[in-house]
Amino acid sequence: MKNALQLAYLVPLFPLLGFLINGLGRKSLSKGAIGVIGSGMILASFVVSLLMFLQVKEGNTIVAEYFNFIHVGKLSIPFAFQVDQLSSIFLLIITGVGFLIHVYSTSYMHEEPTEHFGRYFAYLNLFVFSMLLLVMGANYVIMFIGWEGVGLCSYLLIGFWFKKTAYNKAANKAFIMNRIGDLAFLIAIFWIIGKVGSVGYADVLQFAGDGSFSNKDLMGITLLLFIGATGKSAQIPLYTWLPDAMAGPTPVSALIHAATMVTAGIYMIARSNIMYTLSPVTLNIIAWIGLATALVAATIAMKQNDIKKVLAYSTVSQLGYMFLALGTGSYVAAVFHVMTHAFFKALLFLGSGSVIHAMGGEQDIRKMGGLSKYMKITNLTFLIGCIAIAGIPGFSGFFSKDEILAGAFGKSPVLYGIGLFTALLTAFYMFRLYATTFRGNFRGTHDQEHHLHESPAAITVPLLVLAVLSIVGGYIGIPEYMAHGAHRLSEFLEPVFASSNAIMEKHEISHSTEWMLTGVSSVLIIIVVLAAWKRFSSKPDLQDAEGFGKVLENKWYVDEIYDKVIVQPISRFAGFLTNVVERLVIDGVVNGVGRLVNYSGRQLRLLQSGQVGSYVLLMVFGILVVFVIQFFLRK
Amino acid sequence: MIALLLIVVPLVTGLLAFFFREEKTARSWALLSAIGTLTVSVLGLTVLKAPSNLNFSASWMSTIGSSFTIGLDGMGQLLCLLNAVAYVVILISTWNSSYRKANNFFGLLLLAQAGMMGVFLAMDALLFYFSWELALIPVYFLCSQWGGEKRIQVTFKFFVYTFLGSLLMLTGILFIYSHTQSFALEAFYNSNLPGAQQTWVFWLFFIAFAVKMPVFPFHTWQPDTYEQSPTAVTMVLSGIMVKMGVFGVLRWLLPVLPIASYSWGDLVSTLSVTGMLYASLIAMKQDDIKRLVAYSSIAHIGLMCLAIFSESQMSMQGVMIQMFNHGINIIGLWIVVELIERQFGTRKMSELGGLAAKAPAMAIMFVVIAFANIALPLTNAFIGEFLMFAGIYNSEVTQYNVVLAVLAGICIILAAVYTLNMIRKIFFGDAQLLTVKATDLRLNEKLALGILVVLILWAGIYPQPLLDLTSNITDAILNKSDVMHLIKK
Amino acid sequence: MPINYYIFLSIALFCIGIVGVLTRRNAIIIFMCIELMLNAVNLMFVAFSKMHHLAAGSGASTVGTDGQLFVFFIMVVAAAEVSVGLAIIVMMYRNIHSVDVNFLNRLKH
Repeated sequence: MKNALQLAYLVPLFPLLGFLINGLGRKSLSKGAIGVIGSGMILASFVVSLLMFLQVKEGNTIVAEYFNFIHVGKLSIPFAFQVDQLSSIFLLIITGVGFLIHVYSTSYMHEEPTEHFGRYFAYLNLFVFSMLLLVMGANYVIMFIGWEGVGLCSYLLIGFWFKKTAYNKAANKAFIMNRIGDLAFLIAIFWIIGKVGSVGYADVLQFAGDGSFSNKDLMGITLLLFIGATGKSAQIPLYTWLPDAMAGPTPVSALIHAATMVTAGIYMIARSNIMYTLSPVTLNIIAWIGLATALVAATIAMKQNDIKKVLAYSTVSQLGYMFLALGTGSYVAAVFHVMTHAFFKALLFLGSGSVIHAMGGEQDIRKMGGLSKYMKITNLTFLIGCIAIAGIPGFSGFFSKDEILAGAFGKSPVLYGIGLFTALLTAFYMFRLYATTFRGNFRGTHDQEHHLHESPAAITVPLLVLAVLSIVGGYIGIPEYMAHGAHRLSEFLEPVFASSNAIMEKHEISHSTEWMLTGVSSVLIIIVVLAAWKRFSSKPDLQDAEGFGKVLENKWYVDEIYDKVIVQPISRFAGFLTNVVERLVIDGVVNGVGRLVNYSGRQLRLLQSGQVGSYVLLMVFGILVVFVIQFFLRK
Repeated sequence: MIALLLIVVPLVTGLLAFFFREEKTARSWALLSAIGTLTVSVLGLTVLKAPSNLNFSASWMSTIGSSFTIGLDGMGQLLCLLNAVAYVVILISTWNSSYRKANNFFGLLLLAQAGMMGVFLAMDALLFYFSWELALIPVYFLCSQWGGEKRIQVTFKFFVYTFLGSLLMLTGILFIYSHTQSFALEAFYNSNLPGAQQTWVFWLFFIAFAVKMPVFPFHTWQPDTYEQSPTAVTMVLSGIMVKMGVFGVLRWLLPVLPIASYSWGDLVSTLSVTGMLYASLIAMKQDDIKRLVAYSSIAHIGLMCLAIFSESQMSMQGVMIQMFNHGINIIGLWIVVELIERQFGTRKMSELGGLAAKAPAMAIMFVVIAFANIALPLTNAFIGEFLMFAGIYNSEVTQYNVVLAVLAGICIILAAVYTLNMIRKIFFGDAQLLTVKATDLRLNEKLALGILVVLILWAGIYPQPLLDLTSNITDAILNKSDVMHLIKK
Repeated sequence: MPINYYIFLSIALFCIGIVGVLTRRNAIIIFMCIELMLNAVNLMFVAFSKMHHLAAGSGASTVGTDGQLFVFFIMVVAAAEVSVGLAIIVMMYRNIHSVDVNFLNRLKH
């Protein structure tokens, strides 16, 4: 079935239809119908994506042009989709995980009024549509359309419960911080237009591969694109919006703020990999920023008590890992981690949603505890998620994290050391979270205890599916040193990164070193996990943190610093412009001119006495003056 | 014929409108006229687009070298379409507003439309000047008769500003005339004044257009006038009339005075960027919705001015379609502002809130239009702004292109800040005292906003027809204003 | 007779007229003074006309006649002015019972 690739347009079309139907019919459709349409459309996309994936697996790719989006002079931007190895992987993640989360949402959001239920699914479908545009676009402009589109949907969904001002502020913050990154992205596009005269991936990457960019151009473009990525993928310095974005419904956090949207930055860099490979300075910067983000976010996560905040910071931290992978040139590892992370982080978020649901909206883990007794499936799947993210051997997170760390070691042992330390922190706070929530004794009210229950099937089935994926997902990327030729993902993605791999200098590490590194890190992680489990099952820290812990609990005060250093000065300056410059200076000048005319008019008016005699007298004087000039002064 | 009809229909119906004493009749008559004009304009775009239909010439004051020559090129087509569409939408959306002496109100409104059509169509400098004034004077009366509390003072300011500009422009026209002995556009294009003289005439023209657009620091009339005018007039002013300034620069400044435009381009660009940042920052501090929208409009127009003086093909095309798109978007914003003001008697955002729950249709429409206003992809303004920024960034006439593009780009972020805050304060949160009993859109308002939303999406998803329409005229303007070419010659 | 005499007489008449207009307040007298000034001008026109005519000799019979033509125009204008002016004065008298021009300063308000 070779023509499956011709159906590429169907993939984003289904969610778009779902958006239109649910958006327009949100008042007339029943909740059941809305749920079926919303989820069904994503399922249809998934099926098409799967068919296309099978085609791609056989080596077929396609660039399908549909119409001329913008055509001005020599610049032509077609509305075109590209399906190749990289995008088909992302398509599967987006539609697959997306479908599970839609199913989950039908139950999770069931208490909303029908109208808002419909609105929710419309937004969610619109998000999937935008995300698909982002990864399917065959040029940077289409990617940018999806890029801003997902930003919009994120904004709409974070502020879904629009009556709460704090939520809306979080939504605004997310959109605005993303816009800062978007500006850099845009400028990069303009730069590319100026140099290449086209924005299609094929043209641009070809141009870069030929070495036609100067080093300065390459560095500028790649850095700007990376700044764009820091906005969307929540890296230092633009990461603070992501934890606040947890204001949205939990499935949204799972889909947008963990599994898909935030990985857009990684997709973008992986897509442009040849430009980055040719610009080693940028790669270094990316590696260090990724690592710094991973470390900072992990430290903050240690002291958070809101179940979703912990997961949010862990997402930031894991995204940092992915950037570390990109920065060390292990593009495959980055994509691999995107995939495994999508599985286990979606699982964790959905699990937390199940917990929050059972606890009647409570999100503070200090008021939970001992939930494993009441929620067997949630407990089990959450535990699998924690094991996977911690990187315990055998689970998916182990493989991808191991590959990233190996790549980092190849570049510099310092990167490896900090990376490993961050991994240990991750294991620690994840099991702190798990133990505090599910182990020990229940610490909530009686009322809550009475209501504790396992969630319905629409919630547990997606959890189980994701749990299975979190376990087996890693086996498509078994590292070379364990089994020769077993890294199927790497083989699959080979064509996308071929030109980069050809240029990149390889830091070959011997298999024995790799075994040793893996052994050391695995043992350390398991020790940390056991320690955290033991410590927090028996006595979870319920008090507010003190000393350095307080700094961590308050997120290193980054939000406050941004507020003081950036937001307030701008606001004050704007106030100055409004009250002083606009009102006093500019208006003052204009009104001053008016007043001058008025004043001189009032003075001149006195000449008009109304006495005929005085007029005539003036006239006579005037004539005399003319005479005098005529006769005596004329030369 | 089409060109002539575009002026004659609103002119004649406008004059007749003064005789319909009954408010309802006058209003229906005005709407009928607007629909007629729209039909003519659409016909000109589709079936009757032969050049013989689009150009018209009659001798007028041949002894002084002026003739009644009008013509529709791509840019004119687009702006006449905007003018026609905007009037229909404005009249539909304000269908429920009541005006005293409605016959005079609608008559003047239609006369202003005829004037603006003349501006967009004129191929003769004197005719252009007459139309310019014909468009301004009715607006002056509309503001001063039907405006808000401070209308006299504010209208006076408006009048002084614009009239001063007009007079300077007249001086400039006469100066060029003294060289060409003809007012024809072609003669102006071939005037080739020496550099030093171009400078003087450039500023005479530019100040007139800058006041109209407005460009910093000639802008202070605008927020006041927008605030005090009746909303229908504000829509005309900001949706269409400010385009007269942009249009004037494109048709009468850049090609006529290429050397001065080139040598003063950096200064004008600096003014534009300053104005953009300045207006965006001030917009952040506004509590009054009307003033906020007014300042955001100043920022957007500043971008157009900047794009024009970057003199690249992409930015020019961007400006052309952005003129259309900005008109559509800002009229949409005004419609909602007017609804809010009429319903709650206030324009202060601090007194509003929670409307999304009470008036979901209004909220959806407003959010779409507001996001179009901040150039979200797949809305109309994205195409325009993308092309303009791309052109500014890659401009060859200035060496500060990167700085200008980045500074202007900051306004994209600031625009998101104030627009999202506006949405949040008006529509989200809990209902306030005033907004508890809010009602949603009525049919006519839904219709008007619906038309705009459809246009926004259409021009955002498939903008190519608009780009094709204006590509020839862009090339022509760029050819005429290509200084490098002149220098070589 | 030398032209000088005519000029002196004319200037004298004109000055009398101006002084009269400036100093008198009675509208009718002001009017008469204006007539005086007009006549001074007329006199000047006629005198110069005659002078130029004589100087040009008998061959050019039309030289200088335009001066006399102007005199007729001025007389016509003066007559019209008197009729309108007197009518105004009558109306003024009816309204304010005075022909003193200093009462007529309402325009300044």
